[in-house]
Amino acid sequence: MTITIRAVDKRFGRYPALNNIGLEVRDGELLALLGPSGSGKTTLLRVIAGLEFPEAGQVLFGGQDVTYAHAAARQVGFVFQQYALFKHMTVAKNVAFGLDVRKAADRPSKADIAARVAELLKLVELDGLGGRFPSQLSGGQRQRVALARALAVSPQVLLLDEPFGALDATVRKSLRRELRRIHDATGVTTIFVTHDQEEALELADRVAILNKGQIEQVGAPQEVHDNPASAFVCGFVGEANRLVGEVTQGRFRSGAIQVPAPGVAPGAASAYIRPYDIVAGAPGEGFEATVRRIVLHGPVARVETVLDGGQPIEASFAREDLNGAVQGGRVTLKIKQAHLFPVVQG
Amino acid sequence: MSPMFISADKPRPAPEYTAARPAARPNEDPAWVKALVLSAVVGFLVLVLILPLACVFAEALKQGTGPALEAIKDPDAISAIKLTLLVAAITVPFNALFGLCASWAVAKHQFPGKAFLITLIDLPFSVSPVVAGLIYVLVFGAQGWFGPWLIEHGIKIVFALPGIVLATMFVTFPFVARELIPLMQEQGVDEEEAATSMGASGLVTFLRVTAPNIRWGLLYGVLLCNARAMGEFGAVSVVSGHIRGLTDTMPLHVEILYNEYNYVGAFAVAALLCLLAIVTLVLKTALEVGQSVHGRHV
Repeated sequence: MTITIRAVDKRFGRYPALNNIGLEVRDGELLALLGPSGSGKTTLLRVIAGLEFPEAGQVLFGGQDVTYAHAAARQVGFVFQQYALFKHMTVAKNVAFGLDVRKAADRPSKADIAARVAELLKLVELDGLGGRFPSQLSGGQRQRVALARALAVSPQVLLLDEPFGALDATVRKSLRRELRRIHDATGVTTIFVTHDQEEALELADRVAILNKGQIEQVGAPQEVHDNPASAFVCGFVGEANRLVGEVTQGRFRSGAIQVPAPGVAPGAASAYIRPYDIVAGAPGEGFEATVRRIVLHGPVARVETVLDGGQPIEASFAREDLNGAVQGGRVTLKIKQAHLFPVVQG
Repeated sequence: MSPMFISADKPRPAPEYTAARPAARPNEDPAWVKALVLSAVVGFLVLVLILPLACVFAEALKQGTGPALEAIKDPDAISAIKLTLLVAAITVPFNALFGLCASWAVAKHQFPGKAFLITLIDLPFSVSPVVAGLIYVLVFGAQGWFGPWLIEHGIKIVFALPGIVLATMFVTFPFVARELIPLMQEQGVDEEEAATSMGASGLVTFLRVTAPNIRWGLLYGVLLCNARAMGEFGAVSVVSGHIRGLTDTMPLHVEILYNEYNYVGAFAVAALLCLLAIVTLVLKTALEVGQSVHGRHV
């Protein structure tokens, strides 16, 4: 199911939550809505689910306008941040709910429902726990129940709101892989909301980055990371040193640092430099800095330095390139690549 | 100097932990404080609650069970008991329904004037019941706003059953709503939204998701509402007109008998009222026990 969002606006009181959002979700893809809190990502998810109606714009499911269709009619599976399991029902009853509430004519037989429930519990690796109540399950198990319940109605779209937000780090990692496996097994178009860039980049086919109710960039994880479309994306996805400076005569200058700036308009600009785009340079090449701290991560050395003007710069390069650098000593650094963005005044 | 060398030359003696343990837990108060606070609470309860309650039963049975039963079997007393039960039977279901609607509206929906509505629901708690009774007399009484019209059409509200029911409703309508609003607010709307997204209609969502989540709170509110409906004196006293055998409820009947120096009769009826209250409390406690047993699943 392709989902098309056209020029959607949504405000809460005076506060604009979504501002002219346009997005195309491809059939069968796993898309992440990534953004800081308050960026509108959950609101967008709820607009797609029909739990909020936009003030303007359109939501299309496979070319059909569902902007103001009731949530119950959309055939979406929604997994809530806090799971929203029915506390008074067993796991099996929870999973069966979407089928149980169908009108008699569309409702599968009891045996069929039971078979479907068993199949789904197997899919999320909870076979045999159908008789438990949600309160008797761990957080990760509850999340799996919520997933199975959302999938029971064979949704056209699966929507997940911060699916791993309430879980500890280990469970989170294994459930991430789990979600990917389930997505690949069912092939259902899936959109999930997260504020964790690592999660988005690892799990999603494509990532849509939201900021202040607007989409900054949509693209494959690699693309978003390597070619950020805006200063916000560059700062939010992956690590970066930020330098404030000026572009003159095709070069960006900030103190002792200079990088070529082809095609960037002259004037105030900021440079975002990934720590791993800074390498050890030969003497006389690049710029010098004082080492504050060296942290080793296996084969990688993270070198925290400070320029003579006081600007901190973090570099991250292969351990063998350290060349005997020590805390308090001087190193020569070279910038391989910088992302430059003009500073917008106002 | 490294700290590990400090003790190297002369090992320090291990600290002695021989002092008596002051309390089971570090933040627990000493035993005498607990005893003092507890005895103050118990003493107070005995003085203002248990003693008077015991007194009611003692006075009622002062001359044996015979006269007490006689007083209850009196036609006027029977009529008062019937009226009280009838008023409760009308009021409680109505207020349960009202409380459900009000709490559902307040807890699950956003609308302008919500805070004002909550304040309105609390009004009967802050208004004296006597004032509540007077309001109905002023509105529906012979000299009231609608009085002449009502007389013309032969409808009797004040000094009759409808007035008593109205006054009781006024006094008791916050009980169910007040019990349910915080409960429903705490539960939020996630489960309802989940049900909706799975295709459940509004009614199905209410019956299968909302109602099971609030059933204990609802029962609890109904019991409290019932206890108050049977025991209400002030508001009912103003609108009832005290017509013996006709518009006297049990609390009013107790007062009449007492004013007539019929102490055994007054205390016998009062004892019956107390028994009804105690049954309510026992039910309530049973509910709470049941709830904590099933609590894991609720």
